[in-house]
Amino acid sequence: MATSPKLNAKIPDGSLEDKWTKYRSTVALVNPANKRKLEIIVVGTGLAGASAAATLAELGYSVKAFCFQDSARRAHSIAAQGGINAAKNYQNDGDSTYRLFYDTIKGGDYRAREGNVYRLAQVSASIIDQCVAQGVPFAREYGGLLSNRSFGGTQVQRTFYAAGQTGQQLLLGAYSGLQRQVGLGTVKMYSRHEMLDVVVIDGKCRGIIARNLVTGEVERHFGHAVLLCTGGYGNVFYLSTNAMGSNVTAAWKAHKKGAFFGNPCFTQIHPTCIPVSGDHQSKLTLMSESLRNDGRIWVPKKKDDNRPANQISEDERDYYLERRYPAFGNLVPRDIASRAAKERCDAGYGVGTSKMAVYLDYSAAIQRYGKGEVNKLNIHDASAEKITELGKAVVKEKYGNLFDMYKQITGEDPYEVPMRIYPAVHYTMGGLWVDYNLMTTVPGLYALGEANFSDHGANRLGASALMQGLADGYFVIPYTIGAYLANEIRTNSIPTDHPAFVEAEKQVKDRISKLVSIKGKTSPEAFHKRLGKIMWDKCGMARNEAGLKEAISEIQALKKEFWSDVRVMGDIDEFNPELDKAGRVADFIELGELMCRDALNRNESCGGHFREEYQTEEGEALRDDENYMYVAAWEHQGESQWELHKEDLVYENIKIAQRSYK
Amino acid sequence: MSAENMNLTLKVWRQKNKKTEGKIETYQVAGISPDMSFLEMFDVLNEQLIGEGKEPIAFDHDCREGICGMCSMYINGRPHGPKGGITTCQLHMRSFNDGDTIVVEPWRAQAFPVIKDLVVDRTAFDRIQAAGGFISVNTGNAQDANSIPISKEDADEAFAAAACIGCGACVAACKNASAMLFVSAKVSQFALLPQGQPERKMRVERMVAQMDEEGFGSCTNTGACSAECPKEISLEHIARLNREYLGAKLTSQGV
Repeated sequence: MATSPKLNAKIPDGSLEDKWTKYRSTVALVNPANKRKLEIIVVGTGLAGASAAATLAELGYSVKAFCFQDSARRAHSIAAQGGINAAKNYQNDGDSTYRLFYDTIKGGDYRAREGNVYRLAQVSASIIDQCVAQGVPFAREYGGLLSNRSFGGTQVQRTFYAAGQTGQQLLLGAYSGLQRQVGLGTVKMYSRHEMLDVVVIDGKCRGIIARNLVTGEVERHFGHAVLLCTGGYGNVFYLSTNAMGSNVTAAWKAHKKGAFFGNPCFTQIHPTCIPVSGDHQSKLTLMSESLRNDGRIWVPKKKDDNRPANQISEDERDYYLERRYPAFGNLVPRDIASRAAKERCDAGYGVGTSKMAVYLDYSAAIQRYGKGEVNKLNIHDASAEKITELGKAVVKEKYGNLFDMYKQITGEDPYEVPMRIYPAVHYTMGGLWVDYNLMTTVPGLYALGEANFSDHGANRLGASALMQGLADGYFVIPYTIGAYLANEIRTNSIPTDHPAFVEAEKQVKDRISKLVSIKGKTSPEAFHKRLGKIMWDKCGMARNEAGLKEAISEIQALKKEFWSDVRVMGDIDEFNPELDKAGRVADFIELGELMCRDALNRNESCGGHFREEYQTEEGEALRDDENYMYVAAWEHQGESQWELHKEDLVYENIKIAQRSYK
Repeated sequence: MSAENMNLTLKVWRQKNKKTEGKIETYQVAGISPDMSFLEMFDVLNEQLIGEGKEPIAFDHDCREGICGMCSMYINGRPHGPKGGITTCQLHMRSFNDGDTIVVEPWRAQAFPVIKDLVVDRTAFDRIQAAGGFISVNTGNAQDANSIPISKEDADEAFAAAACIGCGACVAACKNASAMLFVSAKVSQFALLPQGQPERKMRVERMVAQMDEEGFGSCTNTGACSAECPKEISLEHIARLNREYLGAKLTSQGV
């Protein structure tokens, strides 16, 4: 194999430890007077976007930030629950930059770049410092210092958290920094705006076309550089843990304007979500991975056992993760935990009315914590009730909001009966292909956070999404963007009556007009549901060649039907969520086809990508390093046409092995 | 789980835009499962309206798990509906009965103009935050995160304040449409932390000034805000805000 000449990852030379340090000290700089003249557009205001926009404005650049929500604070990073990783080694349990790097590469099943991941581990510690300085109220111990817990795929405690609302607290920190710059006038904020195209002039990205979602007006915005911080595309499956508005539109428009899409089929199915309860379901809710710190996952040993959980005795329970993976137990990585749950349910051991669920049980943890509290409080001869009461109080403090959420949704009390959980689509490791500078294949167009493909390989470890989003925004892009902008200081703002802006705006308007003029019979929602079913059945937790081929033709047929039968109510020049949704669904349909093509091309199993044809005798993912140790970067060439480019993955510091968590 | 599906009558505020007058329209929905969320029931109604060739009802929503603060329905006279401590998206239909009539309106406050139907403009909150709801620390300036110990009590109390999702239910619940609970939560969070001290006085003065400028009403300590807050933000924070404000004003530098 050889890397395609169209893909230059620009990984700096030198030893792994020195690459970033050296690069940072030698990358071109832009002087403060010039920074003021350079305009940067940031699309999306989640952790990556808000942190990038605030930091770039602090440096002196002139920034415009866009989000489709009514406020920057509502971006979906807000919903991240469990925590954020950082190689601080505050717990003195053997953590280090190298170990975080190693865990991430291994967790990603050896499909991520060494250089990027090492940099991520290096900057992780600074993120925690920055957040604390902003007033993020992380959980603390009685001595006043920060508390940590464990997440999947690691054997150290390196996860910082704020109850089950870590994403919220981190985003509000980044948002406060962003609002500070808005107040200072260095960031101009455009909320309720959706990016509908990028504008490319002489091969460089020079701006965007955005729609004001309140008035319906289509606007042109110039920028010397454009940063897409627009999150992942899990909603292609219709049901996912993503917010209802999360979409692929910005990334997809960029893709159609020349940005290659990296590893689109790498999807993370999260093992612990509340199971689907009926056809009405509009989204799925995650129960944080942090619950696997203390909860134990099990199913009955007997098939079709319909007894309530508390009537099934200890020796009749199969703690299948502890049985199969004794070294990591309930804390195996997400892809492995998800497949193991599916395996048990498919084999007939599932629980609940649908039988598509397993138990996540807190009774042992409640007892363990209760006994600990009894000792701490010096209570002798404590009654069983007292121990349970104290144990529940500890669990409530650690996970209270999650338990409440579960109770709201299911109507069951998880302090009394085990939770029922099942895997659900949660995150997408794939995304726009970027080089070490986070630049896509279109010069001047960048992708940060979940929107890019770069750091998590074929499976992301828990608590690493928040880390990557903030690393990209606070500590990577502020340096790497200099490499490009230093050469742009002589470029004056391009007036938006330039033919490229006019043409891009016309295409956007034509498409909007087409959507409302079809006046068919089927709502955008109904098309989205049908797409989701195809994707989940044939490109979900398990995939095979025949299914993927069927899916591709079904999606092509769905696309045709969409463009002849969609019904979009309301007008163009008003607040119209149906129109917004129709445009997003149209893009998801096209993306769905590419995901299936990518999954079909990758004749191996790795991480979250599980091809049924390629598995070990024990049912584990079977990689093919000889033929597939590459990033698949797809170039859009026309309707249903893509060219595959390969970027070889070179491992100089890590010995490749079959992942083992036994 | 409750068993039977429900038939409901909905009376919903419809308003084309902020310039047009709105009115209540009545709709019937049938076969609503008790396991549906309130917003999923609205999805059903909207699909029904689209089927009939009518324009669906615009409403704000996003995460549907109670954290983004986007959803904002005033249900039977209460923000986020009849149950305490939850957002509209977390309200499930098992809280209603077959045959019920449910009235749904947008947040009502001068500072939150209606955009369409149940959607209001809450950017006033963003402007209050931009006026002072931050700690001025540029990226890269921070010292080691463990260099300043913070007592667990203070950290926990700051977290309880920081849990505010900025949904605006406090304003909608208040007879004066006051934003004191929202502002107090942010002021409190930073007042409790050592990192918040240098800008403590300036912050409270600026945020309160912006709040007044946005047209929110005055606080008369009724407590409806806290009672209806989906995150149960305590009135204690308003008390702290008042103390902070008084202290700042007594030594004001005239910001």
